[in-house]
Amino acid sequence: MTDNHNKEHHLIGYGTYFMIWLSLISLTVLTVSIAGVNFGSIALLIALLIAAIKSGLVINYFMHIKFDDIIFKIFFLVAMATLFAIFVLTSFDIFFR
Amino acid sequence: MANPTIAEKFESYLDYPGMKKGLFGWIFSIDHKRIGLLYLVSMVLFFAVGVTLAFIMKLEMLSPGKDVVDPQTYNTLFTLHGVIMIFLFIIPGIPAVFGNFFLPIQLGAKDVAFPRLNLLSWWLYMIGGIFAIVSLFLQGGPIDTGWTFYVPYSIRTTTNVILPLLGAFILGFSSILTGLNFITTVHRLRAPGMTFFKMPLFVWALYSTAWIQVVSTPVVGITIVLVIIERIFQIGIFDPALGGDPILFQHLFWIYSHPAVYIMILPAMGVVSEILPTFAKRTIFGYKAIAYSSLAIAFIGYFVWAHHMFTSGMSDTSRMIFSLLTFVVAIPSGVKVFNWIATLYKGSIDLRPPLVYVMLFIFLFSIGGLTGLILGSLATDVHIHDTYFVVAHFHYVMFGGTIIILFGALHYWLPKMFGRMYNEKVANIAAGIIFVGFNILYFTMFILGYQGMPRRYWSYLPEYQTLHIISTVGSWILILGMIVMFWNLIYGVLKGKSAGDNPWGGTTLEWQIQSPPIMENFHEIPTITHEPYYHAAAINTEDNKHKKIDEGENE
Amino acid sequence: MSKPNEGVEKVPLHLADPHHHKDAIGAKMGMWLFLFTELLLFGGLFLLYMAYRLQYTQDFVIAAKELNLMMGTINTIVLLTSSLTMALSIAAIQRNKKTLAIWMLVVTVAFALAFMVIKYFEWTAKIHHGIYPGSPDLLNMPNGEIIFYGMYYSMTGLHALHVIIGVVIILFMLVFLIRDKITQHDYIKLENAGLYWHLVDLIWIFLYPLFYLIH
Ligand code: HEM
Repeated sequence: MTDNHNKEHHLIGYGTYFMIWLSLISLTVLTVSIAGVNFGSIALLIALLIAAIKSGLVINYFMHIKFDDIIFKIFFLVAMATLFAIFVLTSFDIFFR
Repeated sequence: MANPTIAEKFESYLDYPGMKKGLFGWIFSIDHKRIGLLYLVSMVLFFAVGVTLAFIMKLEMLSPGKDVVDPQTYNTLFTLHGVIMIFLFIIPGIPAVFGNFFLPIQLGAKDVAFPRLNLLSWWLYMIGGIFAIVSLFLQGGPIDTGWTFYVPYSIRTTTNVILPLLGAFILGFSSILTGLNFITTVHRLRAPGMTFFKMPLFVWALYSTAWIQVVSTPVVGITIVLVIIERIFQIGIFDPALGGDPILFQHLFWIYSHPAVYIMILPAMGVVSEILPTFAKRTIFGYKAIAYSSLAIAFIGYFVWAHHMFTSGMSDTSRMIFSLLTFVVAIPSGVKVFNWIATLYKGSIDLRPPLVYVMLFIFLFSIGGLTGLILGSLATDVHIHDTYFVVAHFHYVMFGGTIIILFGALHYWLPKMFGRMYNEKVANIAAGIIFVGFNILYFTMFILGYQGMPRRYWSYLPEYQTLHIISTVGSWILILGMIVMFWNLIYGVLKGKSAGDNPWGGTTLEWQIQSPPIMENFHEIPTITHEPYYHAAAINTEDNKHKKIDEGENE
Repeated sequence: MSKPNEGVEKVPLHLADPHHHKDAIGAKMGMWLFLFTELLLFGGLFLLYMAYRLQYTQDFVIAAKELNLMMGTINTIVLLTSSLTMALSIAAIQRNKKTLAIWMLVVTVAFALAFMVIKYFEWTAKIHHGIYPGSPDLLNMPNGEIIFYGMYYSMTGLHALHVIIGVVIILFMLVFLIRDKITQHDYIKLENAGLYWHLVDLIWIFLYPLFYLIH
C-alpha cells in the first residue's frame, strides 16, 4: 500500500500555491470593494458566490481533492448534497410559514 | 482458500495472546473483538438500568394517582428511560457490538481501519454514559425534559440539563468515530476478491448506517451545544422570549433523530439478511436489491425528519412534503421484506433460535411499521400525536424490531464469539415468553392511545385503568422472559458445550474460522471467489454436526 | 469439560499484534469523513443563520454595522495566508526540505496566533460596549439584534475554538517533523493536519461575508 501512496501523489509546485493564494486574496479584496455597491437583494448572493469560488480553490488545490482518488470526490459530493438537501427541505418551512 | 482443519485449536482472542492480563487487557485492548465485547457488557448493564426504570413507571401506572412515585420523579423516569435506551443502548447497539466484532471478519480483515480510534470511541461511550448517570445525583435533580430535550422547556427547567446534554454530545462523538471507522474499513480492508457485491449484506447494512452516523450526528451535536450555550449565556437562539424560534430546534433535532431510527433499524435488517439464508439453507433472494435498498433507506430516511413535527406549527407546505416523503421511505423497506420472504420460500427451513427471533421480528416490526403509516399520514397523526399510540408504535419498531434482532444476533453469533452453545430449547421458550409479554404490554397501549391516553402523564382518568393494569402485567411477563433469555445465554457462554466452528452451517467468512476466533482472525488472509451465501461452498458443516455431538458426549 | 485452552499452540508475538498496518489513503479517508462531520456541524449553524436572517433582515443590517470590517478583513487575509504556508509546508516535505517545512509550520502557527489576537481585540471591544450575550444592553435591543449577536458569538466562538485546536495539532506536527516522525515518505499526518487547517479556513471564508459584509 505504500507504493500506492507515492504513485497517487501528484506534486503541486510552490508556484501554483502562490497563484491560488493570490487569487484568494484578490477575491477577498473584490468582495470587500463591491460590498459598498448597492446591488439590492442580490448583494448577498454575490458575496456567497465569491465565497463559493474561494472555497472551491481551497478545496481543489490546498486540500488537494482535484488530484485525489475519485472516491474522495464522490464522498465530498455526498456530504455537500446532504447539506444542500437539509437547507432546501428546511426552507419549505421557513419560507412558507 | 485451503480447508482449515478444525481439530487444530489455536489460542483465541479470549486468552490474552501478547496482551496485559486481567481487566486492563480488556479496557485498553485495541482488538476489535474485545472492543465488541466491551460494548456488549456495558450496553447490557445500561439496558438493565433502563428496564428497571420502565418497570417502576409501569408500576406507577397501576392506578390513577400516586402508587410508587410522585409526578416529578415520573418525569425524570421517562426522560432517563428514553435517554438510556436511545443514546446508550439502541444507537450504539448492533454496530458497536456485532459490527465491531464481525465487520472485519466478514470482510476478511484483521481489524478495523483505525483500531485505536475504535477503543477511543468505547471510552467516549463510557464517559458519556457516566455523565448521564452522574447527573442523577447532583443538585437540582435529574433531567425531566423527555429524551427529546425540547426547548424552551429545556432552557428553563431547573433540573440538571447540562450534564446529560454533554453526555449525549460525547456519545454522538463516539458514534461518529465508529461510523467513520467502518466506512474506511469497508473501503480499504476488503480481502482480495471481496468486491462490493461479494460483501455480506450485514456489511452493506453497516456501511449504510455508518454514513448516516457520519452525516447526521454532527447536526444534533451542534443543537445540543447551542442548548447548553443558551442555558449558560442566554444567546437567545432558541429562546422565544429573545426572538429565537423553538421550531428550528425541532428541525435540527429531528434532522438527526429521524435518521437515527435508521441507525437503529438498518443493522437489524442486515442481521436478518444474514440469519435467513443460513437457516433457509439457500442463498438470499435478490442480493443486490437488498444491498441497494439499504443505501436507499439511508438516503431517503434522511429526508423525512419533519414528520415528527406535524403538530408543531410548521408550515403546511412542509407538512405535506414530509408526509409524502414519509410514504416513499416505505418502498425500500418493502423491497427488503419481499426478498426475505422469497428467500424462505422453498428453502429447507431449520427453525433454530436465531430464526425464531427473526420470526418475532417480522411479526412485531410489521405491526410497528403498519401503525407507522397511520402516524405518517398527516390527517390521522394530528389526532393521535403524543398519545400512547405513539409510545406503542415506537416500542414495536425499536424494541420489536431492533432489540428483538439484537437478541437474535446474540443467539446467532455468541457460539462463534465464545465457542460455546446455550440451551436451544430454553432459548425458544424464552422467546415465547418475550413474545407474549411484549404484546400484552404494548398492544394495550395502542388501544389506550386510540382512546386518548396522552403520553408522559403520571396519572390518568379512571376509565383507562383496566388496560393499564393489563399492560403492567405484560411488562412483568416480558421482563421475566428477558431474564430467562439472558440467564440461558450467560450460562451457555460459561458452561455450555462446545459449539464447533460452524454450528448453523453459515456460509460467510466468520463461520470458516475457529471459534472463538484467534487474535488476528485468519491464519492467512482468505481470497474470495464466490458470493457470500453460496451454500455449496460452506466448509465442513456436516462434520461440525458430528463433532458437536461427539464433544457433547464427552462432557 | 474440555478446556478450550488444551493443546493450544502459542501464537507468535509478532503475529499477535495484527493492528499495525499503514495505509495513507485510508488515513486520509478517515480524515475527510471527519471533516464532513465538521462541515455539517457548522452547517446546522448556517441553517439557523439563514432562517434568522430571513426573519430579521433589517435588524441584522443594523446590528452588523457595529462589527469592525477592517479587523474582519485582516483576519480573512491572515487566515488565507496561513493556509498557504500550511500547503507550502507539505510541498516542502514532499521534496525532502525538512527545514523549510518546519519554518512554514512555524509561520502557520504565528498567523493562527495573530488571528486569535485580532479576534481577542474585536471581542473585548464589543464587550466593553456592553454587547455580549445576556448583557443588559443587549437584552434591551430588538430581538433581531439579540439573535444576530447570539449567532455572531456562537459561530465565531466555535470557529475560534477550532483555530485553537488547529494550533495544538500543528504544534504536534512540528514535533513530529523535528523528530523525523514525518518524512518525505510518510507525511500523511502532516497532510491530515493540513486538511483540518484548511477546513478552518474554509468555514471562515463563509463566516466573513455573512457577518462583516451585510449592507
Ligand atoms: C421492559 C421494557 C420496556 C418497558 C416496560 C417500557 C415502557 C415504557 C413506557 C411505559 C413509556 C412511556 C412513558 C410515558 O410516556 O408516560 C416508555 C417510553 C419510552 N421508551 Fe420504553 N419501555 C421498555 C423498553 C424500551 C426500549 C427497549 C426502548 C428503546 C430501545 C425504549 C424507548 C423508549 C423511549 C424513547 C420512550 C420515550 C421517553 C419520552 O417520552 O421521553 N423503551 N417506555
